Amino acid sequence: MTLAAAHPGFLSPTGVEIAFLLVGLATFGAALVTVTTKQLVHAALWLVVTLGGLAVEYLLLTAEFIAWVQVLIYVGSVVVLLLFGLMLTKAPIGRSPDADSGNRWAALVVAVAAAAALVWVVVDAFRTTWIDLDGAAAGSTAVTGASLFQNWVLPFEALSVLLLAALVGAIVLSRKAKADAAAPQVPEARGEQAAEEGAR
Amino acid sequence: MNGVADVALRLLVVFVVFLAFPLIVGQTEHKVMAHMQGRLGPMYAGGFHGWAQLVADGVKFAQKEDVVPAGADRRIFRLAPAVALLPYLLVLLAIPIGPGRGAVGQAVDAGVFFVLAVMGVGVLGSLMAGWASANKFSLLGGLRTAAQLLAYELPMLLAAASVAMAAGTVSLTGILDAFHWWWLPWQIVGAIVFFVAGLAELQRPPFDMPVADSEIIFGAYTEYTGLRFALFLLAEYAGIVVLCGLTTVLFLGGWHGPWGADGLGWVWTLLKTAVLAFVVIWLRVTYPRLREDQLQKLSWTLLVPLSLAQIALTGIVKVVIS
Repeated sequence: MTLAAAHPGFLSPTGVEIAFLLVGLATFGAALVTVTTKQLVHAALWLVVTLGGLAVEYLLLTAEFIAWVQVLIYVGSVVVLLLFGLMLTKAPIGRSPDADSGNRWAALVVAVAAAAALVWVVVDAFRTTWIDLDGAAAGSTAVTGASLFQNWVLPFEALSVLLLAALVGAIVLSRKAKADAAAPQVPEARGEQAAEEGAR
Repeated sequence: MNGVADVALRLLVVFVVFLAFPLIVGQTEHKVMAHMQGRLGPMYAGGFHGWAQLVADGVKFAQKEDVVPAGADRRIFRLAPAVALLPYLLVLLAIPIGPGRGAVGQAVDAGVFFVLAVMGVGVLGSLMAGWASANKFSLLGGLRTAAQLLAYELPMLLAAASVAMAAGTVSLTGILDAFHWWWLPWQIVGAIVFFVAGLAELQRPPFDMPVADSEIIFGAYTEYTGLRFALFLLAEYAGIVVLCGLTTVLFLGGWHGPWGADGLGWVWTLLKTAVLAFVVIWLRVTYPRLREDQLQKLSWTLLVPLSLAQIALTGIVKVVIS
């Protein structure tokens, strides 16, 4: 009894919990449509809905900063880049029945394994932790910044070095493609392909 | 109950501002452009100096047939204007107009991130329109929009980050509370970078390559008619209001004025915003359109290094004075 009194139960959900669940379901549905639709650009737009739904989930968990960064980076930049690539390759309007890599089952296995691992880690790490929604925001910009630069500086720096390496790698690869295209013995068609890949 | 009325009133005020200010900017643009080009501009609609010209334009747009091209992706084609317009309404909610918590639609903790993130979503509308129209000019316009956004989002973010560093907060109201007059010369480079990058993101001249009417016939909006086209135009002018308001709040001190801000804070905000909007119109009449390669070059070789230099300067001054 005391345990039940100490922890809010599952049987009397608050409005925020119901909203969290519903948004989660909508996000999951949008994610399913993203990977199953046959229309390429629709997949990218459903991805916008999925990522937006995730941002709303962050908001409901009072992690405001993460939510807006999610919208800024993923919706504002990554999806725009995706759409840019789709437009460059002239994604057709309507269905593209041949847009199937044939790896459906392998992808499903990887997805389920990744989801299981993530759920296991999160459940194991947080078990019965409840976020106090009425108190000070646990994920405000100030709190996030303080914990990031006090407790997690080393991982943060390691990640930035990793990103820098990826950036340098991308530049080297795109310069290499350009150099190949400029070489005289390379046929014209291959040069075009390389340039397109460089742009992507 | 009082809380509900308060929220409703705030939403109503923001909505009225959202509907009225873009029209005022549009009418000013008619008149300012006309006088800069040595003509009168609209003079008849509404009687006094054609003040009702945009209302008449709105009625005209509402009467036009709403055409969806046969080859278009109907749903996305119809959705695109809303995606382009609504983000600006959301952004207006977070822009403080005067001192204190009463003068902002909704104080957002991570305000700078909120406004930049939501403004970025608006561009999706142009991309959707460009792709769904099934028109090669629209597709070209969409491509140019995406390329422009990717180039100018970075300097804009970096310039905003510089102010956030100076103020030690990413809340728009917090930045205004921390403002001192000497921030103006300190952050001037960032201000210019932010304003120019914002202009490019709105696709206003001289950065209107994505809509270049004389070569790709208004780009992503080629196939739009009637109200949907009007919504895209409204999005452009709402974007001007939002950009000028944001530049005012971030770099020009918002409600701070030379003779104190007692009760007059909102006048200062509106005045600065109006002056910036005038500059936006002025630039349109003054400069020829930048070519696509010039656009990219300006961003990557000038604006990004300048904004990085501004961040370095902000960091150094911040360490020295603390």
